Amino acid sequence: MTRKQRRLTMIGGSLAVLAVAAALVLNAMRDSIVFFSTPSMAAEKHIPAGKRFRLGGLVQPGSLVRGDNLAVSFSVADGSTKLPVAYKGILPDLFREGQGVIAEGALDTSGVFKADTVLAKHDETYMPKDVADALKKQGHWKDDYGAKPSASAAPQPTQGASK
Amino acid sequence: MIAEAGHYALVLALALALIQSTVPIAGARWGDVALMNLARSTALAQLLFVAVSFAALVTLHVNSDFSVVNVFENSHSMKPLIYKITGVWGNHEGSMLLWVSILALFGGLVAAFGNNLPLSLRAHVLAVQAWIASAFYLFILVTSNPFLRIAIPPIEGRDLNPVLQDIGLAVHPPMLYLGYVGFSISFSFAVAALLEGRIDAAWARWVRPWTLVAWIFLTLGIAMGSYWAYYELGWGGWWFWDPVENASLMPWLAGTALLHSAVVMEKRNALKVWTILLSILTFSLSLLGTFLVRSGVLTSVHAFATDPTRGVFILLILCLFIGGSLALYAWRASALKQGGLFAPISREGALVLNNLFLTTACATVFIGTLYPLALEVLTNDKISVGAPFFNLTFGPLFVPLMLAVPFGPLLAWKRGDLLGAAQRLTAAGIAALIAIALVYAWTFGGSTFAPLAIGLAIWVIAGALCDLAERLALFRGPFASSLQRARGLPRATWGTAFAHAGVGVALIGIVCETTWNSEYIGSMQPFEVAKIAGYDLKLDGVTQRQGPNFREMIAQFTISLDGERLSVMTPSKRNFTTRGSSTTEAALLTRGASQLYISLGETAADGALAVRIYHKPLVLLIWWGPLLMAFGGMLSLSDRRLRVGAPKPAKTSHALQAAE
Repeated sequence: MTRKQRRLTMIGGSLAVLAVAAALVLNAMRDSIVFFSTPSMAAEKHIPAGKRFRLGGLVQPGSLVRGDNLAVSFSVADGSTKLPVAYKGILPDLFREGQGVIAEGALDTSGVFKADTVLAKHDETYMPKDVADALKKQGHWKDDYGAKPSASAAPQPTQGASK
Repeated sequence: MIAEAGHYALVLALALALIQSTVPIAGARWGDVALMNLARSTALAQLLFVAVSFAALVTLHVNSDFSVVNVFENSHSMKPLIYKITGVWGNHEGSMLLWVSILALFGGLVAAFGNNLPLSLRAHVLAVQAWIASAFYLFILVTSNPFLRIAIPPIEGRDLNPVLQDIGLAVHPPMLYLGYVGFSISFSFAVAALLEGRIDAAWARWVRPWTLVAWIFLTLGIAMGSYWAYYELGWGGWWFWDPVENASLMPWLAGTALLHSAVVMEKRNALKVWTILLSILTFSLSLLGTFLVRSGVLTSVHAFATDPTRGVFILLILCLFIGGSLALYAWRASALKQGGLFAPISREGALVLNNLFLTTACATVFIGTLYPLALEVLTNDKISVGAPFFNLTFGPLFVPLMLAVPFGPLLAWKRGDLLGAAQRLTAAGIAALIAIALVYAWTFGGSTFAPLAIGLAIWVIAGALCDLAERLALFRGPFASSLQRARGLPRATWGTAFAHAGVGVALIGIVCETTWNSEYIGSMQPFEVAKIAGYDLKLDGVTQRQGPNFREMIAQFTISLDGERLSVMTPSKRNFTTRGSSTTEAALLTRGASQLYISLGETAADGALAVRIYHKPLVLLIWWGPLLMAFGGMLSLSDRRLRVGAPKPAKTSHALQAAE
């Protein structure tokens, strides 16, 4: 093989691998990306049943009902709209009524959000960034939600529970 | 007093770093030996002052001096001593101080042990180190000073985040930083080579061991972090494809590629330009990781509270160093001479293939991690790219890489014999096929993918063993002569075999855990029995206990297998009064490489306890694999070839003969 042929082999091989990788990425992008939505955004967009998304908002105080065998239901609200959520499993330590939450799952045909993952990410002074941004945008942000964010410089864990 | 001393020492370190970043380069330009040598003394003095600064912060934390904001916010007088110390880097300011301390440590090591480096190369390397150091000292002093005082000191601190009050914090961040920051050395060498416009033998000899050190620490750091997340977060996951985890995986992938391309450069003097680029990219990804974690731009497990000034500052550092070094590369790389030729089928070719797949896999992780950020900036859409994306992209790219791994060490340099290598790997191939058949038969009707993946893992492990057997001429001659050969075999060869086998071991663990993991989630009354994977777990009862800075609810489970009592497990839930938050302490029972895992949920009104129980078959292999890889790395590092200075080849060959 001449130097030129060797170089062409190398470049050809690299391009082939890159092409395969690009195809894999594009394919995965189409199927496995999950959008974030608040209850009002979900209502606006008419997300079809069965389409997975992440639902973020505040856990409506008084809405948490524990059923048999670790089934729980609660409502996620963002001020104007609320959406009922059903989940089966153990909620993360940081899950509390009135606090921010992110649930991942899909709507069923009756309009209940069936979550298979629940993430709660906050302490008294912090809430999920996605939720905070969405609430701010809609004017439901209260300053005390995010009071002294710089004071809690330690990493805020996302706690999750997934089935 | 101590806080001010620490602050002052840090300012002095900055001043020294500024001198170190300019004077030695000027010295190299003018050929002034004294000015070039200044790099050495400033690097050592810088290390001293940063060490003083770090020791000051540790002292403040140990003494619980709540007049310092950093201590007040992250410590508590009742906290056990070990967490007072580890709490130093359990927060943004302290962890950045740890970052620069490790940077200064590496700079100091180059200064102390770099006597056999060409003088101007050492001056350039240390100057580049000082550029990085200056930027980060400035960052700390301007935006994240850990030594700020509070006007009216409070009596008690706010305590460290409970999740971080664990031995994992003592090990994981320092290890990870030793890895991240360790890559700064190869970066500095690369930039120095570009500045000087030449690379010689000393360059490759130096870069490889430093890369290896950083890689070993990063490997251990990632594995440790994964195990920590597994037992501390309470839901048994060990890798979440979380952006911050990806931020540590990307430099690892690039660093692994760098490690392999540096071999080619050292042995064959080829792939110079590519190795330089990889050095730059690896450290750039480390910087990116620091940015992602420190700026809080990502919603993730480790995200810190957002502070835009910090984010913008680190972003500037990032642009400056990555942009600057890549621009320098584009400008100067063509000046570097191309090295030796090789056929596509050769050891070099195999290492190029390794680099190709590792960097491509790294690129897919990069896209998956940063695409959501880019999309949010551009279109305001919020998306999350989770595990499915990475499984669909990263997985397929790793399969051909793993298939190729055993071939690499068996191919000759320059021009290899693929057929010959394949023949020598027959045993490994047969072992893999047997493994596939056995696993498939044993789990008939189950996943068809898992047996294939285990076969692949066995292929890699057996391939590494085949390579060793081949070199030792095992089964071909008397055992004594093989033993003789084993002693004569370079440690780097052993290292390669162990590291490659480690990849296979980890893969077995990953496949077994994800495929045959069984779980039980439910609520249990006292004396109720849960059954999982043949084990009976009886809830004996619940007790309360007062810890140093928390209250703890402990549940006791008796574990039995086939009616025979094995052990008790005591998972607990801790309630930290100061922060009003709780943590779940999972209980683990190790049986061989498999584990039983219990974590507690909330207690219902009727006294029923929500529990999550997992049986994770062979889960420990996931972390034994990286340990094996790191062990291989250490063996390779101890190879005398790397300890022998390059610039005196005549003397070294003499020394080698004398040793034998």
